[in-house]
Amino acid sequence: MNNAAAQWTDTALQALIRDNEVHRAVYTDPDIFRLEMGRLFQSTWVFVGHDSQIPNPGDYFTTTVGAEPVVMLRRADGGISVLINRCSHKGVRLVSEGSGNFGKFIRCPYHAWTFGTDGALQNIPLRDGYDGTRFDSTEARLGLARAGAVEVYRGFVFCRLSAAGIGFQDYFGESLSTIDNMVDRAPAGRLEVAGGMLRYMHQCNWKMLAENQTDACHPMVAHESSAGTTVRIWGEQPEGTPKPMAVEQFAPFVGTYKFFDNMGIRIWSNGHGHTGVSDSIHAAYSAIPEYQAAMVAAHGEERAGRILGEVRHNTMYFPNIMVKGPIQTLRVFKPLAADRTLVESWTFRLVGAPDLLLERTCMYNRLINSPGSIVGHDDLEVYERAQQGLQSGQRDWVNLARLYRSGEGADAAEVVRGTSEAQMRNQFRAWLRFMTGSGEVAS
Amino acid sequence: MSSPQISPELERNLQALVVREARLLDEQRLDEWEALFAEDGRYWLPASLGAKDPLREAAHLYDDRMLRRVHIERLRSAHAHSQQPQGRCHHLLQTPEVLEASPTEDRFRLRTSFIYTELRAGRTISLPGVAHHHLSRSADGFLIVLKRVDLLHAAEPLPAVEFYI
Repeated sequence: MNNAAAQWTDTALQALIRDNEVHRAVYTDPDIFRLEMGRLFQSTWVFVGHDSQIPNPGDYFTTTVGAEPVVMLRRADGGISVLINRCSHKGVRLVSEGSGNFGKFIRCPYHAWTFGTDGALQNIPLRDGYDGTRFDSTEARLGLARAGAVEVYRGFVFCRLSAAGIGFQDYFGESLSTIDNMVDRAPAGRLEVAGGMLRYMHQCNWKMLAENQTDACHPMVAHESSAGTTVRIWGEQPEGTPKPMAVEQFAPFVGTYKFFDNMGIRIWSNGHGHTGVSDSIHAAYSAIPEYQAAMVAAHGEERAGRILGEVRHNTMYFPNIMVKGPIQTLRVFKPLAADRTLVESWTFRLVGAPDLLLERTCMYNRLINSPGSIVGHDDLEVYERAQQGLQSGQRDWVNLARLYRSGEGADAAEVVRGTSEAQMRNQFRAWLRFMTGSGEVAS
Repeated sequence: MSSPQISPELERNLQALVVREARLLDEQRLDEWEALFAEDGRYWLPASLGAKDPLREAAHLYDDRMLRRVHIERLRSAHAHSQQPQGRCHHLLQTPEVLEASPTEDRFRLRTSFIYTELRAGRTISLPGVAHHHLSRSADGFLIVLKRVDLLHAAEPLPAVEFYI
């Protein structure tokens, strides 16, 4: 860390990010990756999980925030804590991977030290062995390390690891409207994690996935083999064959440049943004009458129409999640190394909606995000080819100039053309801010 | 269905279909492979151990005839960049075991342990698991009603799997 910090001074990092291109080192350099874990993923608000995963006191879910192993848990008082999953005694990971319930306290499997659900050290066997040892001055006495701040927004749990830094509302601002829309789509007004997640290993840098979420110039090219083939085979079906849901989900991936350009992209501060402002690949799904009726009953005709009329495509929450309100999925791009990323694709049930909605969500996840997905095969291939190509030292820069305008980034919530790379540039402006230690004052 | 009391000849015929099915995949004779499925036959690759519901639980694949057609045609597409160079797969099977047979001997379930290997652009992946073939007897022979593939690593992070296991 120290070596990396010494080499990559703020000035050196600033030199990697130009207005309309970025240096290949941001994708390939292991020291920069370490700095991302030590700075960016400490000072930003990072997605942890969903409160429906831990309904009862003592329930927990383990995950990672950047490089930190964490456990998200429900306290006895009903609140949610995010603790670092490391015993304060010998460093043992306290809770194994997955989820469960540990009752009233957390017990280390090595020496039976116990910790409260707030992380405080409760008991040590043979405690008198520490009498007169100045134990109270040791770090172990502090109990488990905690996230600096935790916020639960309409069920979604985020944390900022650093004790000090930008506030939750300042960080996300108007971008929370995408989460609002996804939750509002539930007739009962809440979501549940459902169906189980898909986990897909990518041999590429995490930022390639983050950028691709708002890249509207790739679908008609990269997905010609998958979505294009679907459209062709569907066209061979006898006239009058009912259009399968799978065709509704695949076909828009080979929409025209005009279609994707007209969708528009909305840019927010701190690296957030979304495609699908006025149209999207999710706009033309068949109506489900029983669901429409439940929405009208819950919200009234006018409000239900407004909620369902919002067709946002991909919303990037910087640094590493993407949310799809209209189809109720969330993807986490978990950084493992400069050239390795674990992609988790989550699905949600709209509480109060017919089961067909969850089936539609699970189908989308299976068709687009699974390791068996032909659409995913198209994307992974180009990410991995890029990771390999960027090893070349004959060219240093990755181009992000498409529809660049000088003075970009001043407007808080501007809407640009769908084929613009403005959101990728927005992410790199935020990247630089939170990498160079000025994250605390960013807004 | 009950525990099978079937003739050795019937048992051999059922096992032969499972072995042939794997060979057609390995030889990339995918049209012949697809024709082994019943009209409403499904291919299911669950994303969890003990999965019960292919529609409301995560799955890596749950393909009907049209989706299998798309998958096969995509592998042949000039635009399928992940198949340049073209990949290969290999199934190593244990002897298929007939676990169930209906009293009228027109529906069967077989269990086959396997190791699947996929080679793509110099990279090799190897996945052990168990295949369950649900077969029905038709005038033309046996057809696959459901092929369910339970990977040991079903719920683990997987690399891309481009062919049918």
